Amino acid sequence: MSNAISALEGRAVAGDVTVTDMGLQGMISLRGDLSDKALTKVCKSVTGADAPKPLQMSVAGASGFGWMSPDEALLLVPYNVVRDGLASINNALSGQHFLASNVSDARAHIVVSGAYADEVIAKVSPVDMHPDSFAIGDFRRSHLGQVAAAFWKSDANTFHVICFRSVADYVFDLLAASAKAGPVGYTS
Amino acid sequence: MLTLHCPYCGVDADETDLHAGGEAHLTRFGPGASDDDFEGYLFTRKNPKGVHFERWRHAYGCGKWFLAARCTATLEVFATYSAQTVAPPADVRAAITAKRPDWSWGDLS
Ligand SMILES: [Zn+2]
Repeated sequence: MSNAISALEGRAVAGDVTVTDMGLQGMISLRGDLSDKALTKVCKSVTGADAPKPLQMSVAGASGFGWMSPDEALLLVPYNVVRDGLASINNALSGQHFLASNVSDARAHIVVSGAYADEVIAKVSPVDMHPDSFAIGDFRRSHLGQVAAAFWKSDANTFHVICFRSVADYVFDLLAASAKAGPVGYTS
Repeated sequence: MLTLHCPYCGVDADETDLHAGGEAHLTRFGPGASDDDFEGYLFTRKNPKGVHFERWRHAYGCGKWFLAARCTATLEVFATYSAQTVAPPADVRAAITAKRPDWSWGDLS
């Protein structure tokens, strides 16, 4: 058994807004019919989270059920239970048209937290991060700087970012630089 | 900067989240077609100043292809709509007519 490590190996930058690698994060990418009851039922049993509305991340403790597109979901679970989760999904949806894959090692999970965390994201993405437009639980796929990323708001000052492993270093440094540069006064 | 409403996920997507896919509503000419039709399908495109129909992909977002009706001269967007259509729906045409009463595009007007 190989020794799994996250791309950023727990890197963190302190400051008014902190940027922290969340380490190993179990992630299951699921494509299928999100309106199907059997699909939402097994996703709920794997994550503990209710089915999300479009453009939302439904969170339950350390797990989550995110809406990626009309036919794609992202399930977040502890790293060591991904295999069990996949087995449950494959079992429950056997015979249906779907695809579930373990993408845990293909991605990175970074948390941006602090007083102007929304502006740290707003400066490097085209998404309107004002609290009137982007509320707690909102989940968006877009880009940060030059690369694709998805992010959701878990509380007023905390954002979770998912990106590809190969660009984790770039995204971390981008967010850290944006945090270090300070607030711009858009959302406060 | 262009902002297009994605009809699949509901996001008002920034141009940098999108990928342009060229002219919409092309008729595909494949095996068995005449050389002229095949050449036209591959290479001949409209390049209007004014009302145009285009394919766009919400590339950094939900990943879906959709269609947009907009003005190439002013960048005004009349409507975005499902890619599962072979011609602009009536409500899209009405939205264009409301703003550009004398518009035409190929055989459409
Ligand atoms: Zn979309």
